[in-house]
Amino acid sequence: MIGEDDVRYVAKLARLRLEQDEIARMTSELGKILSHIDKMGELDTTGVPPTAHVLDVANVTRADKPSESLPRAEALRNAPAVSDDCFRVPKMG
Amino acid sequence: MSAWEPVIGLEMHVELDTRTKMFCGCAVTKGDDPNSHTCPVCLAHPGALPVVNQRAIEYAARIALALHCTVQPRNIFHRKNYFYPDLPKAYQISQYDEPLATEGWFDYWVDGETLRCRINRVHMEEDAAKLIHAGGDAGRIAGSDYSMVDFNRGGTPLVEIVTEPDIPSPEAARELLQQLRNLVVELGVSECNMEEGQIRWDANVSVRPEGSTGLGTRTELKNMNSFRYLQQALDAEIPRQIEVLEAGGTIALETLHFDPGTGTTTPLRSKEEAHDYRYFPEPDLVPLVIDPVWVEGLRATQPELPAARVQRFTGQYGLSRADAVVLGSSASMAGFYEEVVAAGAAAKPAANWTMGEYLAHLNAAGLEAGHGHVTAERLAKLVKLVEGGTVSTSSGKEVFALMIEERAEPEAVVEKHGLGQISDAPELETAVARVIAGNPAQVEQYRGGKQQVLGFLVGQVMKATGGRANPQLVNELLRAALDG
Repeated sequence: MIGEDDVRYVAKLARLRLEQDEIARMTSELGKILSHIDKMGELDTTGVPPTAHVLDVANVTRADKPSESLPRAEALRNAPAVSDDCFRVPKMG
Repeated sequence: MSAWEPVIGLEMHVELDTRTKMFCGCAVTKGDDPNSHTCPVCLAHPGALPVVNQRAIEYAARIALALHCTVQPRNIFHRKNYFYPDLPKAYQISQYDEPLATEGWFDYWVDGETLRCRINRVHMEEDAAKLIHAGGDAGRIAGSDYSMVDFNRGGTPLVEIVTEPDIPSPEAARELLQQLRNLVVELGVSECNMEEGQIRWDANVSVRPEGSTGLGTRTELKNMNSFRYLQQALDAEIPRQIEVLEAGGTIALETLHFDPGTGTTTPLRSKEEAHDYRYFPEPDLVPLVIDPVWVEGLRATQPELPAARVQRFTGQYGLSRADAVVLGSSASMAGFYEEVVAAGAAAKPAANWTMGEYLAHLNAAGLEAGHGHVTAERLAKLVKLVEGGTVSTSSGKEVFALMIEERAEPEAVVEKHGLGQISDAPELETAVARVIAGNPAQVEQYRGGKQQVLGFLVGQVMKATGGRANPQLVNELLRAALDG
């Protein structure tokens, strides 16, 4: 079963700041989701290969041929801030 | 106190020289204006879907084959989750437990001895964007420090090569990486330009009592991009671990940073940064199913690789194994040497000149073979002049230096500076007579039966002619004059 410490840890990895009441709510909601997954675990999957993808498709690739990139102004349009034609972000420690 | 031995494993990241990125058609370039090669895929706009670059798979498979790995018939991509501004999706598309290729080996040379390092895996992933740290200089208001992100590099195809912990010393680690780099360059899949950071590596190191087989707790040295620093970092980290263990302490599993300035290793904030990447299969990409016929096609079209070439050099040119390693382990040096031979120089003297004067010139000038100031044709001419007796060996070295200084043909240098070997008896007789007259004591000794004094007198004649006299002729003339 998932505990509040697990929620705090996952929130930290996801860079989410959760208040105490949110942690309590998440612990309960995530717990329900996980117990549903546990329920599926009761199915007998002997002989069923692990499937990470629902499509029975392989080898979707492309040739190594350049295609057009975005104009820089367009690319930078979503930047929170711009400096010297770059996306400007807070300095990392 | 028992003796300790280090155990080193390496991870090498190589940017592939494909024309486009790993998962989108943006051009891979160096030195272009920032953010001029981006698109919704490599900027992680919502809904944009990655598509694998076929050439990147080929290049990665070529590396895997050169390392005797098994290319897996089926492999998939995973998401490696972490937050950093150089990673717009907040995950890197990489490979995890079903990589492209596994279980190979790489043979490399250390001091003429061949060592084998097992290869754990070769997998594909994408590079992060480039972060430029700015701000913080005088005059700026507090808190104005920031970073700038250039996404041109983001999404460049990367191959990661992971070795087993089989490397016995810092020197061996450096040799392995240099030779592995040569191998990748020769495959034609990456220029491995170190200044542009096209290759980087991490080293894992632990120590254990000499002769034991278990592994101690390791530390990791991250993101090195200089062979010299790697060796220095390991040279610093190994004694540190031994000291801790001998004092009864334990080694913490942590990531270290090497400071070339102080020559010490210090931990990066280890606990806080404890990485939990929460890998899971990339739902946006379908599996790669590799056709074994395609793999065999690649295998059949691999270029000649250093190990095979070294072997060929010993047979074809009659070189010693040590000489064949010096000349054959990099394409540039091998190419130059073979050009010298093709231009008519005999294999053995061509090898000696290439490894001697030419290599010294490259090292002194900081140049790569083939880019020195003496062409293969000119070196071949010089080798022939020396072998043919036109120039003495010692004058030959002078000719070589002048060929560089004056960017001239050897014949022109010999002519201009009068460096031809003197094989003209009348001309040498004058010098011989002068040496006999000038060294009466030695002449007396020789006539008294001390044959070895002759060597001294030959040396005097050589000196008087600036090293240009034909030594054999001098020998004969001296004997004739003294014995007669």
